[in-house]
Amino acid sequence: MTVNMTKGQAISLEKADGGSLTSVRMGLGWQAAPRRGLFGSRTREIDLDASAVLFADKQPVDVVFFQHLVSDDGSVRHTGDNLVGGVGQGDDEAILVDLERVPVHIDQIVFTVNSFTGQSFQEVQNAFCRLVDETNGQELARYTLAGGGAYTAQIMAKVHRSANGWTMTALGSPANGRTFQDLMPTILPVL
Amino acid sequence: MTAELVRGQNHPLPGTRLEIRVSAGTPVVAAATLGDAEGKVLGAEWVAHPGTPALSGLEVSRQATADHRIAVDLDALPDAAHRVDVLLALPTPDATRAGRRGPARFGAAAAPFVTVTDLSGAEIAHYTLTGLDAETAVIALELYRRQGAWKVRAIGQGYAGGLAELLTDRGLPEAPSLARVIHEAAARSPARQAPTPPRPSGSEGDRTRQAVTPVLGPDPAGTPPQGAGPGPEYEAEYGDPGAKPTLQGADPGQPAPAQPLPSPPPPPARSPSRPPEGGPVDYHHPRRRTTAPAPTQPPPPAASPTPPGRPARPVAGDANGWSMDERLYNQVWGMFEDLARSVAAYRSAVAFADSRLDKELDQVLSDPRARVGGQGDTARESARARHERLVARAQEVLDRDLAQLATEAEAVEAALPPAYARWDSPVWHGYRVPVEMPMALRLGDLRLPEAGHVPIPMLVRLPLERGLWIDSGHTESPGDPSADAHGPRSLALETAVAHTARLLAAHPAGGFTVHAVDAAGSGARTLARLVRAGVLAAPPAVGARGVADVLTRLTQRVDLVHMAVRGGAADSLPPGFDTSRQLLIVHDFPRGFDDRAVNQLRYLADEGPSYGVHLMMVADREDCAGYGPLLDPLWRGLLRLTPVADDHLADPWVGHAWTYEPALVTPGSQVLARVLDRVAAARRSVGR
Repeated sequence: MTVNMTKGQAISLEKADGGSLTSVRMGLGWQAAPRRGLFGSRTREIDLDASAVLFADKQPVDVVFFQHLVSDDGSVRHTGDNLVGGVGQGDDEAILVDLERVPVHIDQIVFTVNSFTGQSFQEVQNAFCRLVDETNGQELARYTLAGGGAYTAQIMAKVHRSANGWTMTALGSPANGRTFQDLMPTILPVL
Repeated sequence: MTAELVRGQNHPLPGTRLEIRVSAGTPVVAAATLGDAEGKVLGAEWVAHPGTPALSGLEVSRQATADHRIAVDLDALPDAAHRVDVLLALPTPDATRAGRRGPARFGAAAAPFVTVTDLSGAEIAHYTLTGLDAETAVIALELYRRQGAWKVRAIGQGYAGGLAELLTDRGLPEAPSLARVIHEAAARSPARQAPTPPRPSGSEGDRTRQAVTPVLGPDPAGTPPQGAGPGPEYEAEYGDPGAKPTLQGADPGQPAPAQPLPSPPPPPARSPSRPPEGGPVDYHHPRRRTTAPAPTQPPPPAASPTPPGRPARPVAGDANGWSMDERLYNQVWGMFEDLARSVAAYRSAVAFADSRLDKELDQVLSDPRARVGGQGDTARESARARHERLVARAQEVLDRDLAQLATEAEAVEAALPPAYARWDSPVWHGYRVPVEMPMALRLGDLRLPEAGHVPIPMLVRLPLERGLWIDSGHTESPGDPSADAHGPRSLALETAVAHTARLLAAHPAGGFTVHAVDAAGSGARTLARLVRAGVLAAPPAVGARGVADVLTRLTQRVDLVHMAVRGGAADSLPPGFDTSRQLLIVHDFPRGFDDRAVNQLRYLADEGPSYGVHLMMVADREDCAGYGPLLDPLWRGLLRLTPVADDHLADPWVGHAWTYEPALVTPGSQVLARVLDRVAAARRSVGR
């Protein structure tokens, strides 16, 4: 069952059987730009980047992005930077979160997507972002980015500690920026 | 399911009445010793052997046979006994009856195979003792008591010196005479009337089955994927700061320690043209090849299945790799990363708790209402309580991680081959000159203050990618009595000798040549250990002339190999060219060095490693103050090691400052001399 999440919707990551999720993946996929020029060298590549920011009580503690692929504590791992996109179906970039190993003081992890090459989501084909239960591959939530507004970034979702384990809230706030740093002013109000 | 043990692996025992079946393919003597909590055998009466086959709770056969059944009743053992070692030994030639001459060493026999079963015959664990060579006695298994429960551990520790050496190692003073008694008793006993029924399917049947039904546990998630990406150290160097920014405000707040460790765990980037030697992997003991092909190809070790919710029991060699050597190397680096990250999580949580406490206390101070009545005190109390709770939770997580890593470190330590092992490890007793160079060498231990009881072996790749600098000017620990007793300089040279011995021991016979320069002869006493053993190419060079000679020769060598490689004419090297790797130990630098020699030294430091010439400087940077910044690149290019514990090494992931402790020989131990003797003998045998 996939939930096509709407903005502000919160879903608990507690499983139906009472167990809590232990490992989630945020996947990001988009279709590469069509090749231009004789050798494709003049293609205006689309580079979307997925990032995750770890917060303790609204203070950023660590961030996982293409230049820091593993959080210092090892609980959040980025599978690597994809600079051009794929076919628009599978995940081109992914961030894996081992919820059991997230340090005790981290209470929120915010996932963001931004366009490093500057195209707005209007110009990107088949872009999506999804959250997957990494233990069984089940998709928990999916956002379609393509055909979106004239913005270059989006605060996708946050997972945060609640009384019974972790909860995910879909955010979907549009923003503009080249990297997650530009997004900080947009992230802080949604914490 | 029967557990397939690998060397160093342990397995819980479900009951206390057991049978240990040995199947050796050739007659062997089986014996068992009882050990106290420290593993010491208190006397001959603690040894069950053919002469005294039955002890309370333990019974072995009276003669040397190919198949044994040893009965064990752990409940009936003396209370003081905490472990039982099961030993196998080849009968001595004179004890073997004429016409039945057995092999003279385990390497010439099929690999012995031991099975632990319960009384109903149900198998609990197997262990195949592969990789034995010149040994004539071996500790096969150990049963030991841990927190009230008994476990079995696969040992496989062989002794070329036979039972006498083995029993001596177990702390038995009368070992040689007892060894004689055992062999005589085994030879005297009447020919077997087949008191033990033959095994139903024979040992071969067992082995075949074992080879086709490997017990593979689930791959634990403990090992991070290789090549998951460079750590922050590398990003700082190679990243493109203009294009993409880094996080500000997420700085761990710790000044970057002086020197990053050189190599992150290597991606499994062995050239595909190099398959594992001989197809299947001999994971037991990488450099000890049996002459006969090992009869079984046991599966890669993996954590056995455990009840869900409990971390898998750690097993040595539980990592990726083509050989046990590589697996252990990757496992050690995996533990290194896990420990770095666990401690990073803990430190981050504590730092956060501290800053939150400060902020809350400040707020209380600045709040005018807090000054009246007890409100301020209450607020302070609750802020402190919040701080304590968070720190306690972080500590709990850290303790859990550390407990698991400590167990893993223990299992791994027991399985390490000499090049990776501490000097006090028993594998050095069985040391012999390897046929090929191991993947890496242990230069010491790394520890973090939060985890002082979890040492990480510091393994560096061979051949050394850069030179070593043993810092003799290091006197930061005035409290260290050993530093006072010897002085940092002689301690540094001692350390250099220990590292050199290890390097020599890691290379095949004649594959490593050591030169030394000691211009004033001030290190002659310590270097004499190498000279006496006969492992130096020539006595340490003294005086400016001597220094210049050695440097010129090595520089020419680098030039020659460089030209040959560049010209693609490696076979055009002069006949008789010594192709071994070279190590130059420089003591007392810069004494005896003129400008030309200094330049040659820098050239060797830069170019040497690629052309088989390595440098080990034993030096105090202060002595070279006269050169100004000229030598800075030299020091930076070398891996700095200290003769005493010092926290100057940084891991490549988080950049913690790790306390390095050099791998030193325990004072009074003869292991270094023995190893050097074997190296020297091997050198002589190949004519160097």
